Amino acid sequence: MKAKIIITPKKAVLDPQGITVQTALEHMGYTGVTGVHIGKYIEIDLAPGTDKAAAEKALNDAAHKLLSNPVIEDYKLEME
Amino acid sequence: MNFAVLQFPASNCDQDAVHAIRMLGHSARLVWHKDASLGEADCVIIPGGFSYGDYLRTGAIARFSPVMQAVKQFADNGGLVLGICNGFQVLTEAGLLPGALIRNRDLQFHCEFVHLKTVTTDSPFTNQIPADKILRVPIAHGEGCYFADEETLANLKANNQILWQYCDATGNLTDAANPNGALQNIAGICNETRNVAGLMPHPERACEPLLGSDDGQFIFESIFAALKDKAVAPAA
Repeated sequence: MKAKIIITPKKAVLDPQGITVQTALEHMGYTGVTGVHIGKYIEIDLAPGTDKAAAEKALNDAAHKLLSNPVIEDYKLEME
Repeated sequence: MNFAVLQFPASNCDQDAVHAIRMLGHSARLVWHKDASLGEADCVIIPGGFSYGDYLRTGAIARFSPVMQAVKQFADNGGLVLGICNGFQVLTEAGLLPGALIRNRDLQFHCEFVHLKTVTTDSPFTNQIPADKILRVPIAHGEGCYFADEETLANLKANNQILWQYCDATGNLTDAANPNGALQNIAGICNETRNVAGLMPHPERACEPLLGSDDGQFIFESIFAALKDKAVAPAA
């Protein structure tokens, strides 16, 4: 089993990387881009037979405490 | 006075802090991040550097070190804790200080002298800084842009928790004097109970004229004075 966690900066937080990439895309001629937000992607391998619901609960806890910083980031957890 | 200077893997201002404190006439020793106890300490310094390689986020892993549990307890009991640069980042990650430090707005690492305005002398970290004195202290960071949501920022102001702001040589809080895009030019803050503080600039690197400035001494002298007051105060 795998867990995938996508972490993005909160909308209110300045994202200079996103702004720089957006400007670069515009310079390259890609039109219609109204925002770029750069975050992180974390993939976690789980032992076979892991209880999905329990793992999801534990990973939400881990995402809140360590994997993301709730002051500046949002995260999305996907189990597969 | 006894200072405990924490040492994480990739701390790199730990020796500078020890040197500055000893040079100013007090005792300082390094405490390894795996130690669960601080030993005898009057003040804890969390030094600059790149603890745990800045992996994940700056300060994110260091906050879970065994020694940080001891620091939290020390702070909860009213002990003085100062986080410098990476130490500031560790303290925000640990929830001992509000807000967060994010990437500099220009994405560049800044290694230069800055000017600091001391917002209040009402703290153990600023009490010896003369009124209107503009401090000249170096910075060296890539993630020093202070961020907090509106409510947190309002609380910081209401409680007089902003200790230092980036300014120009004459004390004006201009955007040009802000090296990293920090909200309201914030360079350093303290907690509500005023015993835990963090700042991005490096006072320990500015305690000798040979290093270009000795303004950092004002911050250490403030701590010494606060500890002295504490030592003579009657037991609660």
